[in-house]
Amino acid sequence: MTPVEIENIFRSEAGRALATLIRLVGDFDLAEDVLQDTFAAALERGEVPSNPRAWLVTTGRNKAIDRIRRETAFRTRQDQIVHETKSRNTDATGGIGPAEDAMDDDALRLIFTCCHPAFAIETQVALTLRTICGLTTGQVARAFLASEDAMAQRLTRAKQKIRLAGIPYEVPQHDALNARLHGVLAVVYLVFNEGYAATAGETLMRPDLAGEAIRLCRLLDVLIPARSEIRGLLALMLLHDARRTSRETAEGDIVLLEHQDRALWNRVQIAEGLALVQQALSEPGRPNSYAVQAAIAALHARAPSFSETDWPQIAGLYEVLVRIAPSPVVALNHAAAISMVDGPAKALALVDTLAACGELDGYDLLPAVRADLLRRLKRDGEARAAYRQALESTSLEPLRRFYLRRLSELS
Amino acid sequence: MQYLLLIYQNEVNDAKRTEAEANARSAEYGVFTQSIIQSGNFKAGDRLQPTSMATTVRVRDGKTLTTDGPFAETHEQLGGYYLIEAKDLDTALAIAARMPGAKYGSIEVRPIWVYNK
Repeated sequence: MTPVEIENIFRSEAGRALATLIRLVGDFDLAEDVLQDTFAAALERGEVPSNPRAWLVTTGRNKAIDRIRRETAFRTRQDQIVHETKSRNTDATGGIGPAEDAMDDDALRLIFTCCHPAFAIETQVALTLRTICGLTTGQVARAFLASEDAMAQRLTRAKQKIRLAGIPYEVPQHDALNARLHGVLAVVYLVFNEGYAATAGETLMRPDLAGEAIRLCRLLDVLIPARSEIRGLLALMLLHDARRTSRETAEGDIVLLEHQDRALWNRVQIAEGLALVQQALSEPGRPNSYAVQAAIAALHARAPSFSETDWPQIAGLYEVLVRIAPSPVVALNHAAAISMVDGPAKALALVDTLAACGELDGYDLLPAVRADLLRRLKRDGEARAAYRQALESTSLEPLRRFYLRRLSELS
Repeated sequence: MQYLLLIYQNEVNDAKRTEAEANARSAEYGVFTQSIIQSGNFKAGDRLQPTSMATTVRVRDGKTLTTDGPFAETHEQLGGYYLIEAKDLDTALAIAARMPGAKYGSIEVRPIWVYNK
């Protein structure tokens, strides 16, 4: 096996192996260390056995026992680990690792621990990327545009809090599950959004982050099956991500939906997304906001061209969203959809009302939407002023270039 | 009469102490604790984990809001305390959310420092 092949196997299995190791050795840091050692050992051997997850757990556990043995003070814990793993060794993988079911539970436990509300949301995202997605501290730091030192410190403090504040390593029960799952999905969606359109930096997209979010959501869908919120979010991300290659030029400039080459859209991914939207919307009860957003993305994905898009239905779905998950950003998107149905003048009135509330102050897409409506109304002077305002509010280079391009077209 | 003696100090400076300095401080507290036990004044006392280990709970409109850190509003002052035993943070946060004060102010949940057994 090539090192790249081994790394790919490791990346796809590490999160779940880590989850089980944490339970077995009872210590985040020790589990991470031995898993890293196991990866290094695999690279040295040049191969990974056919059941990599069980092998990672078994080898990691043995390494942990070795380490603890060297520190005799921890004798009791060593007995505990040996005892725990012995009692779980009866399984389908030939008795060498813990059972699949137990590992599924562990993976969920780890997700809920990383996305615990006792952490700030940025910390939840960072912990998730580091421990579940298996990104290095340096890679997590880059996702946040933070220094590696600062990120390492944040992660250390978070793991300290798990231990010292007694954050439980378990899946919340009954009533608590819904509220906590909501928080977990918010983290997944944040990771995706950063990959779909970065907050700042040189490049519009971070496909690695978008990919991680999709992978994580797929895992959640396996672990907690038939949840319309999970399926809705997965559908939403697949449909957005399907347009990836058409969203920027080779030079990294933004291509608007209007001008995207629809032949570049990933049809396989769209088909999967459409099927999931169907499932998510057919669940009984009130539709959740992810499913409705996915339904909007589905209408875009199915439209043969920009002009043939079903704008009235899209505007209608945004009205549903405004009702079930009201937020200023949703209201802004609703206004943009209205501009395609009732024209830019009507939409501008909505946007101006929204701007007057002040809730979106500093959000560059507010002046950007305004600018676009003014441009379409041929009010060039006001459009220029709005584009300049958008330009000042963004830290993303491709967006800056886009606003500058619009400004030069208007002068 | 009973009195609560609250210890305020700079955590950042504390974290920079050498092991010898930390041990000296512990010994100093040991002497003080013994002296008030002997004089009959001692009721209870604990060292707290730093504020970075704190979680704050507020209940507004029936919804529990959980945030990282102490971050008490500057216009809120310490008004009382409960020392509880709970199996984990979730249990402690759930109890905190049931306190009447969670609806009007904030409840800071801070773990007690457990010295190595």
